[in-house]
Amino acid sequence: MKSPHMRVVPADVHAQLAGVTRVYPAADGGPGVHALGPVDLSLRRGEFYAVIGPSGCGKSTLLDVLSGLSPPTTGEVVFEGKPVGRTVPDGIGIVFQEDASFPWLTVRDNIAFGLRQGGVDGAEIDRRTDYALAFMGLRDFARAYPPQLSGGMRQRVCIARTLVMQPRLILLDEPFGALDAQTRLIMGDELLRLWRETKATVMLITHALDEAAMLSDRIGVMSARPGLILAEIETGWSRDRDSTIASDPAFGAITSRLWSLLRAESIKAVGGSARS
Amino acid sequence: MTRLGWIRFGIVGGAIVLLELMCRFGVIGRRVLIPPSDMAVQLWNLLRSGRINNDLSETLLNVAASIALAVAVGFAVGSVIHALPRVRRAIEPFLASYYALPFFAFYPVFIVLFGIGRMPIIVIGFLFGVVAMVIATFNGFDRIPRALVRTARAYRMGPVETALKIKLPYAAPFLFTGVKLAVAYSFIGVIAAEFILASSGLGYSIAYAFNNFDNRTMYALMLLVIVLVTVVNALLHVGEARLMRRRGL
Amino acid sequence: MRRLVDTLLVIAVLVAAWQVLHWVAGDALTSPAGTARRAWALMNGDTFWGHVRETGTAFGYSLGLAVIGGLAVGLTLGLNRTASSVAEPILVSVYSLPKVTLYPIILLVFGLGLSAKVAFGTIHGIVPVIIFSMNAVRKLPPIYLRAARSMRLSRLDMIRRVVVPAALPEIVSGLRIGFSLTLLGVLIGEMFASQRGLGFLIMNAIGQFDVDTMVAVILILAVVAVCANAALLALNRRLHQGAT
Ligand SMILES: Nc1ncnc2c1ncn2[C@@H]1O[C@H](COP(=O)(O)OP(=O)(O)OP(=O)(O)O)[C@@H](O)[C@H]1O
Ligand SMILES: [Mg+2]
Repeated sequence: MKSPHMRVVPADVHAQLAGVTRVYPAADGGPGVHALGPVDLSLRRGEFYAVIGPSGCGKSTLLDVLSGLSPPTTGEVVFEGKPVGRTVPDGIGIVFQEDASFPWLTVRDNIAFGLRQGGVDGAEIDRRTDYALAFMGLRDFARAYPPQLSGGMRQRVCIARTLVMQPRLILLDEPFGALDAQTRLIMGDELLRLWRETKATVMLITHALDEAAMLSDRIGVMSARPGLILAEIETGWSRDRDSTIASDPAFGAITSRLWSLLRAESIKAVGGSARS
Repeated sequence: MTRLGWIRFGIVGGAIVLLELMCRFGVIGRRVLIPPSDMAVQLWNLLRSGRINNDLSETLLNVAASIALAVAVGFAVGSVIHALPRVRRAIEPFLASYYALPFFAFYPVFIVLFGIGRMPIIVIGFLFGVVAMVIATFNGFDRIPRALVRTARAYRMGPVETALKIKLPYAAPFLFTGVKLAVAYSFIGVIAAEFILASSGLGYSIAYAFNNFDNRTMYALMLLVIVLVTVVNALLHVGEARLMRRRGL
Repeated sequence: MRRLVDTLLVIAVLVAAWQVLHWVAGDALTSPAGTARRAWALMNGDTFWGHVRETGTAFGYSLGLAVIGGLAVGLTLGLNRTASSVAEPILVSVYSLPKVTLYPIILLVFGLGLSAKVAFGTIHGIVPVIIFSMNAVRKLPPIYLRAARSMRLSRLDMIRRVVVPAALPEIVSGLRIGFSLTLLGVLIGEMFASQRGLGFLIMNAIGQFDVDTMVAVILILAVVAVCANAALLALNRRLHQGAT
């Protein structure tokens, strides 16, 4: 599905998916699983974009394709004006849905891993790692190994490991899934602060309506598998928002809008019949 | 020592004392078993006399060579086959039946292939140990979470770098278990081969003593083998437990 | 279908490697074809099945003892955290002992004959069965046991309806190793001190430089062991699928 014309990418578009689908081939040569798309999606430079959708609708697949971890079956992916191939481009940082901390390294070495890999000099590694440890509330656990931490703390290690690389596009796949509701709120505020400070573009995958409504500038609502973008909702929040907007009447309106879009899809996703 | 360690110590110690008493008071006949304390004295005399130095060092060298071969070859073969799932599925029933076969029966064949001397024995020890290492390599690589391999790709690592920096350290505790088993199996293979077929080594000396009704030497040598294997095993166990604990396993 | 082709390919590679070894070693290693011929002749001869019966009887008793005893001990230990933590390193040490060195004691206790072979096969096979079934139970997610208790299952019902089914794949792995090592134990026993059985046949052939017979007997044993293991492995796969 290559478009015949040179695609004109506006300057404020940071990453773009055009007509992207993804079909997982079946092991026995059968028809395979159509997991995603076709999806058209543009992330604006510096925006906070949330993706919400029912379980199994292809959200993680979307992240894989956008980052170059797996190739789209059709369509094309562009990041900072260049097509994304089969490697993850420099400038993209990913926090996976599953725990990806390295159990053989201390928390500190986990966080420094990417920096060492990239050949950053020692003093700078220390500076950034110390900052990330403090920022993520992990300072007392710098010498601990991940198996000694709670699930939520391990996820914070993974977030820190990604953030120290100072990516320009941060992809987060349900990063707060293992956290309790209060910590989620606090981490959400911290994420907003970080987003403001670094001016990075953020794509946050979540299944929590309130999280999407509270944190993002725009929300992409996905259908049940194969995931399509059903609607994109502008929240209209100011850049210096935080979790206190939960009491804003607009917040309630956004969440109920999201739920009315998602309800039927969620029922479909768990195999029930949607009755109104 | 931990509480569990003390309990273990107590149980083993108690069993030895019980055995000692049963032998001393004739519950177990002298022709069947001599008291453990006598075995220890015999062993001490035997070691001091230097009569078994050659056999001991021969066996230890054979075992060490078998272990080194088994671990290196087992890891290499295991990692290659792990990347080929189809091959792996096809050979799995063969791997599992492997330990039912009395390899030492091939001793004459190995003599023709490798000449007389220590090489045939080393090959038998190696054949016993190598499959345990292959299976442990599979086991360790199987457990590597997909998220870690994807993380490696997010850092743009190639297959070799991923193997060395991600897969090997992740699988290390399971590989260590493989080393532990390879050590045990190499001991079993080497000593069994010496026992049944060879004309030197600890295994042979035990069989020789048995055939010549020299029970005192036989029991002393048995004790030596048991102590040797148990000590090596205990050391490896401690190392393994430490690695596993760090992983929360 | 594809799996069958793959298995046949593996067998073909093994036979080819064997043939090459035969070319290298000459008469010291009979060729595959020669071995098959000898095996066929053995199976049609009149003494062979007597040896098979001898080995089979000893193996049957040993395996029964190893499995029943191993499961009983292993499951009981597995349900008790302290007992299993204490026992594990001891069992692993026993497992890694070269048990062949203990054979003289077995002979002194049981005398020459069937019971010595059974005892020797059993001590080889029972330890892995204990270790695997104990660890299978120990590694069960504690939530299973808590759920069973919340449903007020009696201890026996808990073992029968929760512990064993949940731990079954791991237990079958233990049985597979137990099977192989029991057979090995019986054969070693026959090799060292026996006048009958397949182990004796092998040892006798070695003594008479009758390589054909030695390789043929080992081939027959290998075929039997591989078939039994393939069956247990298939069972294991089915159980694993049921578990996920
Ligand atoms: N490697 C794979 N091979 C085959 N099918 C896959 C693979 N990964 C995902 N799928 C299928 O693609 C669909 C989408 O999966 P995906 O992981 O993207 O969903 P998701 O929206 O992230 O779900 P969740 O919210 O539960 O994380 C699912 O139906 C899944 O079964
Ligand atoms: Mg997902």
